[in-house]
Amino acid sequence: MTFAVILAGGKGTRMGNSEMPKQFLLLGDKPIMIHTIEQFLLNQQIDKIIVCSPKEWIPYTNDILKKYLFNNDKVSVTQGGSTRNETILNGCMHIREKFGASSEHIIITHDAVRPFITQRIINENIEALKKYEVCDTVIGAIDTIIVSKDGEKIDEIPDRNFMFQGQTPQSFGLEAFIDNYNSLTDKEKEILTDACKIFIMKGKEVGCVKGDESNIKITNLYDLKIANAIVERNILND
Amino acid sequence: MINQVYRLISPKQIRIDFVDEQYDEGYVIVRPHYLSICAADQRYYTGNRPKEVLNKKLPMALIHEAVGEVVFDPKNEFSVGDKVVLIPNTPIEESIRKENYLRSSKFRASGFDGFMQTYVSMRRDRIIKFTNIDMKVATLLELISVSMNAVKTFDEKSLEEKNTFGVWGSGNLGFIVSLILKKKFPDSKVIVFGVRQEKLSYFSFVDEVYTVDNIPDDLTIDHAFECVGGSRSEDAVNQIIDHINPQGTIALMGVSESNVNINTRMILEKGILLIGNSRSSYQDFKDSVDFLQEHSDVVEYLNNIISDIKVVKNVNDVHQAFEADLVNEFKTIMKWEV
Repeated sequence: MTFAVILAGGKGTRMGNSEMPKQFLLLGDKPIMIHTIEQFLLNQQIDKIIVCSPKEWIPYTNDILKKYLFNNDKVSVTQGGSTRNETILNGCMHIREKFGASSEHIIITHDAVRPFITQRIINENIEALKKYEVCDTVIGAIDTIIVSKDGEKIDEIPDRNFMFQGQTPQSFGLEAFIDNYNSLTDKEKEILTDACKIFIMKGKEVGCVKGDESNIKITNLYDLKIANAIVERNILND
Repeated sequence: MINQVYRLISPKQIRIDFVDEQYDEGYVIVRPHYLSICAADQRYYTGNRPKEVLNKKLPMALIHEAVGEVVFDPKNEFSVGDKVVLIPNTPIEESIRKENYLRSSKFRASGFDGFMQTYVSMRRDRIIKFTNIDMKVATLLELISVSMNAVKTFDEKSLEEKNTFGVWGSGNLGFIVSLILKKKFPDSKVIVFGVRQEKLSYFSFVDEVYTVDNIPDDLTIDHAFECVGGSRSEDAVNQIIDHINPQGTIALMGVSESNVNINTRMILEKGILLIGNSRSSYQDFKDSVDFLQEHSDVVEYLNNIISDIKVVKNVNDVHQAFEADLVNEFKTIMKWEV
C-alpha cells in the first residue's frame, strides 16, 4: 500500500505572534493543510492519508477534515512527535497498527504547509521508489549557497551546480524508516533533523526527484501573503 | 483544491497560474491524460491572430481536444477512474438552434480556459464516458465530432444522389471526414484532393486521390467537403465549384482569418448549396464515441495520423510539443503528466 503522511506537527512558533499553527491558517477560504491533503486525495495511487497533528490540535484537525474535505474515508489523524522525525515515526507506527507491518508499504511524507505540491511530484516520488530505497524532492539552488559556521564569516562557497534545496515529499519504505530510525542513538536522533539524512548516514542511496519552485513552504506571514496573492478563486460560471 | 492552469499569456509565453477550484454538484473533476494540439491552438501560440483578438482572449489555457479520467464526482454518477472525453463547447441556453452555433455558447480555449490544466472542472453534461477505445486515439474525438456534425448536416440537407464525394484537404480533418464518408456511404466513391502526394498516400481507404494541380478536367463530383482553410481555401472552394455537379452541396469546414473570394456566379448557375460547419455538440460526440466503438478498423487508421506523442511534465515540454507540432505531418498529442 502507498500512504501519504502529512506532517502537521508544527505549533506555529515562526508565524509571527499567531497562536494558530500555520497549517490551519486560511489560504483562500480553506486551511492550508486542507489544500495539501486534497492533492493526495485526488491521486489514485495514494491508498490512505495519515495526518500527524499536535495532540492538543487533534480534535480541531478532525473538525476541519470533516468540514472541508469532499471525502474523509481515506484520511485518519494521529499524534505528531516532538521532532519532525518522531512525527514521521508516529505516522509509521499508526500505519503498522491499522494496516499491519509490511515491506511493501511505502510512505510519501510531506509538509502540511506545502499546498502547491503537484501531481507530477507525487507520481515521480512513487516511481522513484521503484529504483531507490529512499528519495527526496529537490530543486536546484536558486541563490548561491555559502557555508558559515559562525554566521559572521564565510567558510566556503560550494559549486552552485552541485547545490540543491530540499523540499518535500521525502519518500521511503515504512519498515526501512522504522528500522533505521530506531537504530539511532539519542544523540543522533537529536542532530538528525532530516529524514533523508538518516538514510545517508546509514549508507543508503537516496534518489532525487525534481521539485518545483512553486512548491513553497509557508513558514511565515510573508509566505502566506504571497500564497494568497498567487491563488485565484475560480467562479464556476459556464 | 489548488489547480495549476497553464495559460498562454502572450505568443509563445506560458505561465502556470494557481486557481482554487470550488466543488459543485453540477461539476465533475477530470484529470486530463492526453491533449491534442489543433491549428486553432497554434494560431494563438504563434500569435497568428489579429492583435485585438489576442489582447481580448489572453491569458488563456489552450487546447480543446482532450480525454482523461474522472477523479471526483460529488454525485457519484461517474465512478473514479472512468475514461471520459471532454466536450469543449459549453452552451448556456436552450434553443432550437444547435448548441455549437449559438453565439452565446462558450468554447474551451477560445474565450475561456482550455484543457491545459492539472484538473478540469467539467459541467457534468460536458463529458461522455467511453470504454474499449485506445486513449490516444480517443483524443481525436473532438475532431471526429466536428466531422460528424458536418457529415450529418450534409446528409440532412443534400440531394439524394450521392455517388461521388470530393474531399479537399489531406490533413487531419480531411482524413477523418473521408473515413466517416466511407463508412456512412459505403456505396459511394470518395476522392481526396491535396497538395502533396506524400500526405495523400495515407488515404489508402479512399477510391482515388489527386494532387490539386493534376485534376482531370472532366472529373465531376456530386458533393464536396472543403477541409483546407487558411490562405488556400479560396483556390480549394473555387476548384470545387468548377468540378461539382449541379445542385451539389459544398460543406465548408476550413477556417480562414481573411475573407475568401469565391465564384458566386457559378454557385447561382449550378444551384450549389453551401453549408458552413463549425465545432460540434454533445450528440455529435456521442455519435463519434459510438462510431469508434463500432469500427475497430477506423481506430487503426486513426493511429496512423498520430505523428507524435510528447510526454509533458513542465512548461518547457509544452513548448517542445507546440514547436514539434509545427513541422509534424498530422497530429501531435501531449501525454499530460504535469
